Amino acid sequence: MFYREAGEFKASYKADQAILPIRQDRWFIWAILAVAFLVIPAVSSDYWLGTIMLPFLILALAAIGLNVLTGYAGQLSLGTGGFMATGAFAAYKLATMFPGMHILLVLLFSGTITAGVGILFGIPSLRIKGFYLAVATLASQFFLIWMFNKFGWFTNYSSSGVISAPPMTAIGDVLVTGAHATVTAKYLFALSIVTLLALITKNLVRSNIGREWMAVRDMDIAAEIIGIKMLPTKLKAFAYSSFLCGIAGALWAFVHTGSVEPLAFDVNRSFQILFMIIIGGLGSIMGAFLGSAFIVLLPIFLSNAPHWFGLDIPVDLISHIEAMVFGALIIFFLIVEPHGLARLWQITKEKLRLWPFPY
Amino acid sequence: MRLERDVFYIILASLLLMVAIPWTAGLLSEEIFFEWPFFFEVAIGGLLSGVMYSLVALGFVLIFKASGVFNFAQGAMVLFAALTLVGLNEMGLPMWLAIIATLIVMLVLAMAIERVVLRSLVNQEHIILFMATIGIAYFLDGFGQTIWGSEVKNLDLGFSQAPDFYFGGLILINDFDLIAAVIAGILVIVLALFFQYTRIGRALRAVADDHQAALSVGIPLKHIWVIVWAVAGIVALVAGIMWGSKLGVQFSLALIALKALPVLILGGFTSIPGAIIGGLLIGAGEKLAEVFIAPMIGGGIEDWFAYMLALAFLVFRPQGLFGEKIIERV
Repeated sequence: MFYREAGEFKASYKADQAILPIRQDRWFIWAILAVAFLVIPAVSSDYWLGTIMLPFLILALAAIGLNVLTGYAGQLSLGTGGFMATGAFAAYKLATMFPGMHILLVLLFSGTITAGVGILFGIPSLRIKGFYLAVATLASQFFLIWMFNKFGWFTNYSSSGVISAPPMTAIGDVLVTGAHATVTAKYLFALSIVTLLALITKNLVRSNIGREWMAVRDMDIAAEIIGIKMLPTKLKAFAYSSFLCGIAGALWAFVHTGSVEPLAFDVNRSFQILFMIIIGGLGSIMGAFLGSAFIVLLPIFLSNAPHWFGLDIPVDLISHIEAMVFGALIIFFLIVEPHGLARLWQITKEKLRLWPFPY
Repeated sequence: MRLERDVFYIILASLLLMVAIPWTAGLLSEEIFFEWPFFFEVAIGGLLSGVMYSLVALGFVLIFKASGVFNFAQGAMVLFAALTLVGLNEMGLPMWLAIIATLIVMLVLAMAIERVVLRSLVNQEHIILFMATIGIAYFLDGFGQTIWGSEVKNLDLGFSQAPDFYFGGLILINDFDLIAAVIAGILVIVLALFFQYTRIGRALRAVADDHQAALSVGIPLKHIWVIVWAVAGIVALVAGIMWGSKLGVQFSLALIALKALPVLILGGFTSIPGAIIGGLLIGAGEKLAEVFIAPMIGGGIEDWFAYMLALAFLVFRPQGLFGEKIIERV
């Protein structure tokens, strides 16, 4: 009744090709943005902003990055953690080598450096495919983490191997990193960057490049035959995906935790991000956000659930039961909806379109 | 097993490099100690630990061959089998009875996985099935430790762990590694015979070749999957016994799956001999690199060296050394 495109006439190509051609969708997105920018910082506590919203946003960005590579270009990768670490350490080196550099430039350059590393590790993808590639990308994961652990230059020879973000300002003298920054400022900063990059990515996958990626994903030989060059297309996917993952890693180290060691980006992080895009939906920007929300909230829910029921279980047992329930829920979700939460969202919209007269 | 010519050349070249690189490294750098007996000691130690990797990789290959599922839960199955065995043994069952009981548990597990997970996900994309096996891995890790506890347990089979001298007192080899290698060898031969000469083995090979053709000649796919997962469970139990008595039964057993993956891609996902030869190459290469190359670049390279090695092989043979040639048609 409320949600249908009947009666909306497009008078120009521009209107027809808009990201959200239906008016209600536009309202919906504007409403979400308004809630995210205005309502959430006003009503939620520091705990909620700092331990739930920030990781949710940053991991969603990493999930978008992996989704570009796996969901759009069809290259299965388990190296996300390594690329996030690269972004974090690149940002740290840049921020300490050039103390006057603005944080946006730091993020931009660290993303670019990560893109370079991504291209390097993407080269084998030209010959290696499928699960062989997935295992091969683990090489980048283990190698990069080892490198940041082993060579003191990356941590400025700190004895613990931990890097700490120096205090930096975004606009005027509002701190967004370091110990004195308020959680609200950090949240708004991360939110703006994630929103901007999500918008850019959404446009990119609708463009020529995105269509090339999808052609390669659907069948690379056919794509090659219709004239898509494999080398630049696959490397572009690796570069852009690593760019996003690098920025996500830099945000994680600088804005979220403040100080970080390479182990924060180990292989479990890669699996976590992969879970997000599978649960959320492959090849969907919206899915990256939904999957991230699910994977961030689920462990918090699981570790708190026994208290609500008044059960008293020892801590190590809880963590085992948590792993068990987590695994079972993953399987359950895959069986119920293999195409992820984004597909559920789409089905809801289809249903809503016909409601209340389904015929 | 007929070796293709380029596979033969690749293996030959890598063996030459394995000898040549440590030798030159020993000449060039004073930090690196190089002597022929010591070199062979390291190489043999590497080959034997490579066999242990093969044991885990074997489980992956069995399942991938018959169902096309990349079973990430193999490491978790190793842990689960070892935990169950030790747990039953501690409850008072004698070892032989505990082993039989664990075999039954692994069979039930295989049936449950087929029933709950695989049957519901028939015809889904490979990546979805892969994800489901990661879910199984989480579940088994949690389940095993919920039931049997997470403290480190000893699994003592009465083998000596002490090294002994062989070849006229020149080379030091761990007895336990030798026993493990022999057991792995027996396991591989038994599996090869099983696949080659039994009725079930023929059915398994038919399914591996072509699911639909196998179905159409009346091979029940569901039973085959249960059998394959059960066989993989048995392999996991053997690997769990060997690794468990080497390292103690604890959570880190699940992580040896990460050690088996490079073996797997080097040998090829679909080849049982590939898993063995891949394991030998990776094991020897890793140990040699750790001893003769790592001191020059800072040490601790065993985390990633195997992956880089496998990656280098893949550039020449994208399907692994013995994997089926990937033929793509539009």
